[in-house]
Amino acid sequence: MAFWRSDKAKREEAGTNEKAGTGEKAGAGEKAGAGGEAGFLARLRRGLEKTNRVLNTDVRDLFKGEGRLVDEELLGELFSRLVTTDMGAAPARRIRDRIAKDYRGRVVQMEDVLGSIRDEIREMLRQDSGGVAWAAEGPTVVLVVGVNGSGKTTSIAKLARRFHAQGKRVVLGAGDTFRAAAVEQLTVWAGRIGCEIVTGKPEADPASVAFATAKKAAEEGFDVAVIDTAGRLQTQTHLMQQLEKIRRVIGKSIEGAPHEVLLVLDATAGQNAISQARGFSEVAGCTGIVLAKLDGSAKGGVVIPIREQFGLPVKFVGLGEGLDDLAEFDAESFSEALFR
Amino acid sequence: MFESLSEGLQSAFKSLRGKGKLTEGNMREGLQAVEQAMLEADVSYPVVQDFMQHVTEQALGRRVLLSLRPHEELVRIIYDELVKVLGPVDSSLHLKKDGVTVIMLCGLQGSGKTTTCGKLSQLLLEEKVRPLLVAADLQRPAAIDQLHVIGEKLGVPVYSDRDQKDPVKVCQAGLAKAKQEDARVVILDTAGRLAIDEELMAELGRIDRKIGPDQVYLVVDGMTGQDAVNSAGAFNKALELDGVVMTKLDGDARGGALLSVKQVTGVPIKFIGTGEHFDALEPFRPEGMASRILEMGDIVAAAREAHRIVDEAEREELEKKMAAGEMTLDDFKNLLEKVAKPGLMGKMMGLMPGMGQLKGLMQSEEAEGGIRQTIGAINSMTAAERRNPKIIDASRRQRIAQGAGVQAPVISQLVKQFEMMKPLMQGLAGQGVGDRMAMMRQLQSSGALTDPSMGGLKVKKSTGKRLSNAERAKLKKEREKELRRRRRKGG
Repeated sequence: MAFWRSDKAKREEAGTNEKAGTGEKAGAGEKAGAGGEAGFLARLRRGLEKTNRVLNTDVRDLFKGEGRLVDEELLGELFSRLVTTDMGAAPARRIRDRIAKDYRGRVVQMEDVLGSIRDEIREMLRQDSGGVAWAAEGPTVVLVVGVNGSGKTTSIAKLARRFHAQGKRVVLGAGDTFRAAAVEQLTVWAGRIGCEIVTGKPEADPASVAFATAKKAAEEGFDVAVIDTAGRLQTQTHLMQQLEKIRRVIGKSIEGAPHEVLLVLDATAGQNAISQARGFSEVAGCTGIVLAKLDGSAKGGVVIPIREQFGLPVKFVGLGEGLDDLAEFDAESFSEALFR
Repeated sequence: MFESLSEGLQSAFKSLRGKGKLTEGNMREGLQAVEQAMLEADVSYPVVQDFMQHVTEQALGRRVLLSLRPHEELVRIIYDELVKVLGPVDSSLHLKKDGVTVIMLCGLQGSGKTTTCGKLSQLLLEEKVRPLLVAADLQRPAAIDQLHVIGEKLGVPVYSDRDQKDPVKVCQAGLAKAKQEDARVVILDTAGRLAIDEELMAELGRIDRKIGPDQVYLVVDGMTGQDAVNSAGAFNKALELDGVVMTKLDGDARGGALLSVKQVTGVPIKFIGTGEHFDALEPFRPEGMASRILEMGDIVAAAREAHRIVDEAEREELEKKMAAGEMTLDDFKNLLEKVAKPGLMGKMMGLMPGMGQLKGLMQSEEAEGGIRQTIGAINSMTAAERRNPKIIDASRRQRIAQGAGVQAPVISQLVKQFEMMKPLMQGLAGQGVGDRMAMMRQLQSSGALTDPSMGGLKVKKSTGKRLSNAERAKLKKEREKELRRRRRKGG
């Protein structure tokens, strides 16, 4: 769809150019056919039009052969491209208005405008490093939270695979004791990766599983513990309190843990992701985002307002269904893909 | 749900209402706010544009600008347009009279297909139809287990074949088993996929062709953003969809994707999922949804919810008692216990016209705590006291307060409150729907309902000191400043 869109945009651009072209041709025909007084008037009008166009054109654009005038139509198109990334209407409007101010009356290439916006977003999302903040000594505990169906369990498997491949000893905590067969799902993954897993009885207190996992990690010298939690909506107060408790008991078994609290966001999510980031940050103290399912046609632009409002960095992106389809976040390629 | 859209529209309408006379200019301003609100609610941009075009054409017509109440006229236009876009309604599963009806669920990963399988089963069980679930999701590890657990919980048979790698064969075998067991309905739980994955989409198309399901439903996550048009479009292209189920609308998701999906697929929206439990699947009603979007409340849904928690015979008896003014504290307690379920109060309030603002208040822990406190207080009374609270004197009050672990004034407040409520209830029970609505509004404006703990079960506070004229003027100025600030923010 994204490719289709850009093709369409190109076609439209070509269309407007064509129209302009035929207009000139028609004008030329008129000139040849009419002659006399009408011809003079037409010539005069054309001359004025030309002057008018020159006057309306910024000096910097005079020598550009192609391109489009920054007018309502172009701004509308720009707004559509911005909104489609899910960055939200307000930020999109802000950017559009600024472009309107900076480029009013100029002739530009859409790609140039998008390029400058892209650079800006890249700068904004730039971060020191994408990876995990490892504990100075002892096991690092990573707690993974998110709403139902955002891709927590799959992301955990991918993280575990990654750590395992880095030569670290990994233990998983199957803290999703609510959803049917979530424990089984994670156990299957643990088996495939070849790491250990701590499970509780079905519908056991998830905090007890988290505690046992952290304890096992500390006692048996694991490098990293990744703890799953049940999906919950940020509006479910009682479940959010449960999350707070999970966080607390982890801290009791290992000083300073959890070292990372990763919020898994579905890249197809819209503006509700902002509410998710707020809700989970308040309760669980998120330290970063895993942007899952970014391999579809969704752009995940909502992380832009989230970064703006809460300063939450994206640490990893999920790019497929395979165990190795997890990459460290890269502002460069992310912003590159936004308007593709 | 749809809260942000509602809020945005509300503030847009407020700004319109403030203007004495509507001109094309300020109408356009209001419409722009409407557009912004829809985008913030995740309605896809092309859909918003389309919608706004229809609305604008009508809104700038003579009828609106010249009407006495232009903003009401505008609300009506938007309401009608929403109903038109979201409708027509059809929440029937179209079960065949004889033979097996096959329902196929498809959707993106994590949209809630498997959970919806369970919810549909529950719905069918309520109608005395026992479905057979088929685990055709061979992608996600443990998807089969998940379906089995759900089947076990609901007492519904589940067909799966762990060795089979071809979902078409699983579906065929499942169908054969259903015929063998005389099941009337088969629900196929297919694997989730990404819309751009051609291969998986083709596989879905293959199931569609080989099995020929009677109903194909697309399950869409209510939190989906702009991408909804793309994914719904892809599914619509690969399959012949018969309906849409939107899930996860119980949180604060704005659900604007519903409009997008509807626009793209053109098939009816069948159900909306509003909770984690199996009974949290509601038939979709465009009027109700449009009303909710515009904060006009949804009386039908509120009534249905009320009927669900209070059974018919009980309700009639209670109504009779209320009408006769014979309601006792025991009846009151029963009523409270029913509504004290977590989250229910807020849900009900959200459905009542004009009570949207109260929703947050009612959902708070404090409100539910207040109800529990009241129930506790009533529990500490003797049967005689419950029948006739007038006999409660100082020593009885002290005893009850100690039993319930509250201060004595709480008890006298409760009794006072109950005595005050009785004639009100009597009035409510004896009147038609219109009068009841008027009464509710009156109640609301009197502030009796704005206290979450059922109306001022609080220890008396000081009435404060009298303000001098200067102080009063200063306060007024601050209030107005605050109002202006809010208006600016909202607009």
